[in-house]
Amino acid sequence: MTRFLAVAQTEMLILRRNRWLLVATLIMVLFALALTFAGSAPTGTLGVDMLTVSVASMTTLSVYLAPLLALMISFDAVAGDMDRGSLPLLLSYPAGRGEILLGKFAAHLAALAFAMTVGFGTAGAVAAWLGGAGPESLMALLRLILTSILLGASFLALGYLLSATARGSAAAAGLSAGLWLVFVVLYDLGLLGAVVMDKGGTFTQSVFPWVMVANPADAFRLWNIAATEGVAMASGMTGAAQALPVWAAPASLLIWPVLGLLLARAAFRRVEP
Amino acid sequence: MTDKALIIHQAVKDRGSARVLDHIDLTLAPGERVALLGHNGAGKSTLIKSILGLTRIDSGSIRIGDAAPGSAQARRDIAYLPEAVSFHPALTGREQLTLFARLSGERPDVPGLLERVGLADAMDRRIGTYSKGMRQRLGLAQVLLGKPRVALLDEPTSGLDPISRQDLYAIIDELAGQGAAVLIASHALTEVEARTDRIAILRKGVKVADDTLANLSALAGLPIRLRVRARENADALAARLGGSRVNGASVELLCDPADKMTALRSIAAMGEAVVDVDMTPPRLEDLYRHYAKETLQ
Repeated sequence: MTRFLAVAQTEMLILRRNRWLLVATLIMVLFALALTFAGSAPTGTLGVDMLTVSVASMTTLSVYLAPLLALMISFDAVAGDMDRGSLPLLLSYPAGRGEILLGKFAAHLAALAFAMTVGFGTAGAVAAWLGGAGPESLMALLRLILTSILLGASFLALGYLLSATARGSAAAAGLSAGLWLVFVVLYDLGLLGAVVMDKGGTFTQSVFPWVMVANPADAFRLWNIAATEGVAMASGMTGAAQALPVWAAPASLLIWPVLGLLLARAAFRRVEP
Repeated sequence: MTDKALIIHQAVKDRGSARVLDHIDLTLAPGERVALLGHNGAGKSTLIKSILGLTRIDSGSIRIGDAAPGSAQARRDIAYLPEAVSFHPALTGREQLTLFARLSGERPDVPGLLERVGLADAMDRRIGTYSKGMRQRLGLAQVLLGKPRVALLDEPTSGLDPISRQDLYAIIDELAGQGAAVLIASHALTEVEARTDRIAILRKGVKVADDTLANLSALAGLPIRLRVRARENADALAARLGGSRVNGASVELLCDPADKMTALRSIAAMGEAVVDVDMTPPRLEDLYRHYAKETLQ
């Protein structure tokens, strides 16, 4: 336990010292504020408060930004130590590899959670102050923050997996960029193409929603959309959410971090420094 | 229970078709200082990583006391200084050492240790600003955490200036004095000469020698080198002594350790013709060359 905490504390110190925490928080605040102001126009036509619209916009933002920020910290977790040559010494200490990985994960997740909470919180507060908020839209904001952290956790774990598999830091960075592109952009494009080809057949009706929810980024979107009618209206995307049981998206978002960490630990164990 | 700190028995490691470690036997008693010598690629670092459990050997066995390499017990018992040690540049020396202390479960006096290795003034500066020698000192400080049973030092003198080397030897003696078996992998042959109890030489994964320096010299039968400076005619002196002229005024001859006194007497008998005599006993470098180049058959 003390070993896990020692790694986590040191990792947090590094994130603070190399300004990662500051920069990530700043990025989140700026993007969230920009989207809140840019997206404030349709409030009147939809008949919802401004915070609801803001959450809908920020949901779209978070799908891109949360995985990106997570991968930006995690790709270096193992490969960086390997490149520097500090890994053999670290592994000669009596801390298990799983313990080291968990320690890093705890620190990285805490940093990510901080950036998300401050960023979305600030934008949400501004939106509520300018255009009003209700209990439902406040819940939506809380849900957005929580699910963004889970989405980040999924990609942190996947980043460790790549970091432990890749030969060196540069390769890990490249793989992470590829992973981001596939999960966040290409996956949806592929599904879209399949749905168009299928012309509303069995694939579209029964398989497609499950394939979609298997992607953590889409699961994140579905969870936020399915939960709030206002957000669903504002984002104009309800079909897929209705075809799935309520637990599907949360399950996907909860399974991914665990699965990713297990895979990352297995890969890390095979590393011979 | 075994009374040996480290026992390596018939360790074999293959990398692809190359045999990196070929049936290595090596035993270290507590408090013993052993130098592990060999060229780059001779298998020194692989052997050390096998002892640490970072690399698995294909056959044979390694025991740290009674523990297997890589087990929690073995990792608590071993202190390790990697070759060209490096740390995260954003941390300070104090933070890095505190992390290691907490990982090892020890509660040592971190500032005291850093002072011990001469980093008192730099302990709150980032490691990114350290010189190579300072990083090496920080590496040494983490070796002193706790009371290791086995200390593995891979090229510990690299990057150190001569004064730091004296400090390093003091630290090695201190470790051995506390009962740790110290294994020092090195190219820096002359430096380990007087500092170790035993010398093991690796050549292409095979242990070709393992004995005290005196015994190794006797076994190799390497000649003593005598350099005689002539007053005027070096050629004539060379002809009379049976050596060869090396520069304008000096003659060099090699003689067997057993014939040393005979040679010295004949030089002394020449009286005024000789100005000076230098005698060089076989050095570790010569020994090393002898054992490392000797063909196996």
